[in-house]
Amino acid sequence: METAKKHFFSDMGVMLERSMRHIFRSMDTIITVTIMPIGFMLLFVYVFGGAIQTGTDNYVNYLLPGILLIAIASGISYTAYRLFMDMQRGIFERFHSMPIARSTVLWGHVLSSLVSNAISVVVIIAVALIMGFRSPAGILSWLAVAGILALFTLALSWVAVIAGLSAKTVDGAGAFSYPIIFLPFISSAFVPTESMPSGVRAFAENQPVTSIVEAIRALLSGQPVGNDIWIALAWCIGIMVVAYFFAMRAYKKRV
Amino acid sequence: MTKAIQVQKLQKSYKQLQVLNDVNFEVENGSIFALLGSNGAGKTTIVKILTTLLKQDGGTATVNGFDIASKPEKVRQSISLTGQFAAVDEILTGRENIIMIAKLRHLSNPRQIADDLLKRFGLTDAADRRVSTYSGGMHRRLDIAMSLVGTPQLIFLDEPTTGLDPEARLEVWKIIKELADSGTTVLLTTQYLEEAEQLADQIAILHEGKIIANGTLAELKQQFPPAKLEYIEKQPTLEEIFLAIIGKKEDH
Ligand SMILES: Nc1ncnc2c1ncn2[C@@H]1O[C@H](COP(=O)(O)OP(=O)(O)OP(=O)(O)O)[C@@H](O)[C@H]1O
Ligand SMILES: [Mg+2]
Repeated sequence: METAKKHFFSDMGVMLERSMRHIFRSMDTIITVTIMPIGFMLLFVYVFGGAIQTGTDNYVNYLLPGILLIAIASGISYTAYRLFMDMQRGIFERFHSMPIARSTVLWGHVLSSLVSNAISVVVIIAVALIMGFRSPAGILSWLAVAGILALFTLALSWVAVIAGLSAKTVDGAGAFSYPIIFLPFISSAFVPTESMPSGVRAFAENQPVTSIVEAIRALLSGQPVGNDIWIALAWCIGIMVVAYFFAMRAYKKRV
Repeated sequence: MTKAIQVQKLQKSYKQLQVLNDVNFEVENGSIFALLGSNGAGKTTIVKILTTLLKQDGGTATVNGFDIASKPEKVRQSISLTGQFAAVDEILTGRENIIMIAKLRHLSNPRQIADDLLKRFGLTDAADRRVSTYSGGMHRRLDIAMSLVGTPQLIFLDEPTTGLDPEARLEVWKIIKELADSGTTVLLTTQYLEEAEQLADQIAILHEGKIIANGTLAELKQQFPPAKLEYIEKQPTLEEIFLAIIGKKEDH
C-alpha cells in the first residue's frame, strides 16, 4: 500500500491531465453543456420574463444563479458518460493492474469535471453580462459564489460517479441528471416560491436548490445572505459526503 | 530459484457458473508460457486473477514470489498486463499514452522512454496522432509497448494476436521472442495452436476448469504419440494433440 499512498497526488495529477485532455479534445461537449442553459436564459428573459413578477427590475440578475445550477447539472452528465466509457475500455484494467492508488482514477474524473464546469459557468456569465446582468458584488462575494458552485459541482460529480459506475448502458449513465436539471424549476430559481400552491411551495422551499440559489443571488446582489448560505453549504457537503461514500462502494464492487 | 508464477488449486465461479475448478501450474522465470483453451475456457479469468483484477474463490497463487491475495501491491509492481481488449487511450496520441504510463510508474524520464519505445515498435511516424486513427496492428503494438514501460519482470499477454493479419502477427511474435531473450517472463493466452507451438517453452491446456495437459511441445508430443498403424511416422501437430485430448476427456 505504501508506494500507492506515497504517489497519490502525483498519480491523481496524471489522471487529471488525461481527463483534461479528453475534455479539451471534445470542446463540443462544453458547447453542448452551455447551449441549453443559455437557451433557457433567453427564453425566460425575453419570452416569459415580461409576465413573471419577481419584485426586481433586472430579471437576468434574478435567474442567473438557477441557470448556473442547470448548467452544472447537465455538465456532470458528461462526467458520468466519460467514466462509463472508461469502464468499458481496457485502459481501466491496465490502470488497475498497475501499482497506483485506484481511487485516483475517479478523482481524475471528478477534478476535471470541476474544471470543465467552471469553463461553462464563465461562458454563461459572459452571455448574461451581454444580456444585461450587473452585480455590485465585491471580490469576496464572488469568491464565495465560486466556492459554493465548486462544492455543488463536486457533490454532483460524485453523484455522477455513482451513475457512471452502476449504469448498464450509455444512456443510463447520462439519464440520472435529468431530475437534477429539473430541480431548479421547482425552486425559487425562476419565480418566487410565494406564487406556488402550498404543497409545491413546501417542496420548493426545502429542497437544496432554493437555498443555494438564494445564497448566490444574495451574494451577487450585495444583500445580506443570512442563513441560506449555511443551509446551502450543509446541503452541498452532505450530498458530497454521502455520494462519495456510495461512489467508493460502487467502485469497490466493480474492481 | 522461485518460480515466476505458482498456481495451486485455483477456483473461480461467476454466480452459478464454475469456470475454474482446480487449476495448478507453474511458470519458470524467463520462459514463455502459453495457456491454451477454447472460447470461454477461462483463460482471461486466470489472467485477471493473476494480475489482481479479480479475486479467486479458492486456492492460492504467487506471482514473482508474492501472494496475490495478501500482497497485491507488490504483484502489481512487478508485472504488466496487455489485456484481451486493447488497453490504450484512444483520445490521446501514442506518445501521450506511453508518457502517461511512465509517469504512473514514477519513472524519471518519461519522454525519453516514449521516444525509445515508439522507435522500437515502429510507431515514430504515428507518435503524435490520436490512437483512434491507428490500425489494428498499430493498436496492438502500442498496447504491448505500454506494457514494456519500466521493464517489468513478468508480462501477461491475453490473446496478443487475435484479430491481426498474418504479417502483424509475425511482428508481434518477434516482439515476444525478443522479450523472452532479454529475460522477461511471458504468460500468453491464445486460441491459435500454432502460436503456442512457435513461441512457447511450455504449454498448458485449459479445459473444463482444469489444466488437462502441461509440458513442453516435445513432452506433449510424447504423451500423445502418433498413430501407430501408419508406416511413415507423422508427427502430430499441436492441433491434433489438442483435439485428441479434449475428445478423450469428453468420452469419460
Ligand atoms: N463477469 C462475468 N460474469 C459472468 N460470467 C463471466 C464473467 N466473465 C466471464 N464469464 C464467463 O466465464 C467463462 C470464462 O470466461 P473467460 O473470459 O475467462 O474465457 P476465455 O478463455 O478468456 O475465453 P475467450 O477465448 O473467448 O477470451 C465464460 O463462460 C464467460 O461467459
Ligand atoms: Mg479471453
